[in-house]
Amino acid sequence: MSSGATLAIPVGPKDHARGSADAPLTLVEYGDYQCPYCAEANPIVELLLEKFGDAVLFVFRNFPLVDVHEHAEAAAEIAEAAGLQGKFWEMHDVLFENQKDLRESALLHYAQNLGLDTSQIQNDLATGQPRGRVEADFEGAIRSGANGTPTFFVNGTRYDGSWQLEMFETYISKVLKG
Amino acid sequence: MVLDIGARSPDFTLIDQTGSQVTLADFNEPVVLIFYPADWSPVCSDELSVFSAAHRLFQDRGARLLGVSVDGMWCHQAFHAQRNLSFPLLADFEPKGAVARSFGVYRESDGITERAIFVIDATKHVAWREVFPIGENPGADGALREVEALS
Repeated sequence: MSSGATLAIPVGPKDHARGSADAPLTLVEYGDYQCPYCAEANPIVELLLEKFGDAVLFVFRNFPLVDVHEHAEAAAEIAEAAGLQGKFWEMHDVLFENQKDLRESALLHYAQNLGLDTSQIQNDLATGQPRGRVEADFEGAIRSGANGTPTFFVNGTRYDGSWQLEMFETYISKVLKG
Repeated sequence: MVLDIGARSPDFTLIDQTGSQVTLADFNEPVVLIFYPADWSPVCSDELSVFSAAHRLFQDRGARLLGVSVDGMWCHQAFHAQRNLSFPLLADFEPKGAVARSFGVYRESDGITERAIFVIDATKHVAWREVFPIGENPGADGALREVEALS
């Protein structure tokens, strides 16, 4: 279920991470906010984090496949812009929950609902900083051998098995037991 | 036998999804040949979407991407449009699989090509190649590393 592909960019302090930095297992997702499978995987990841608690550190990185998902880039950028105001994960969840409408007007509306400063968001987007980060994530995904959306890496190795709850949970338990 | 690293690449002319002829010898830059089993199959669709999104990274390094399967032009056309792919798909359709055979990646057992990637350098030699398990989606990392090494 694991492959020869390995994470090219190590997890670091700039990553969006949930859980304990000392966790014995690191789960990295390369995902796309317009990808239906990623939206399906998001609550599964949530359940895994609840289940494994401090044993798992979860990191999300952007992998927008823009040829098939026309709004994926803008959605990724607004999540990064929300992150600059300390609300990356809130926006991350809102985007997956509202995947059906990721038009620009909707994105700003979600930002407003989260209590974000939307003029600051627009300024930050205009600087190109969020775009640069998304592009860097994308290139890191390709270099790591990410092969679709979502692609998960467990302790740095690409996981090609099923990410449905039961299978993924079994795999993670197995890795944790060594 | 799969064509080896260092071997001279066979030349070929195939039509793409628009009916235009594409000839390997016409390219002066490195070419990444992506052999895949079939249009529409789930693994192939993901694989090609990832390469399509990564196309810019290959272009920045002066390389071209070409997809090859035994599907015909009309099938390629519909698949290309549906996945909005950014690089051409070549029809190795008649005689069926002839180009795949010349690279040693035709599967007699089921009449499709292996899932294989070749990086052909500017002098038309095989700089890198790998054949993947048919059900494994390989990602673009190996080809990108090789193209970087060439540029």
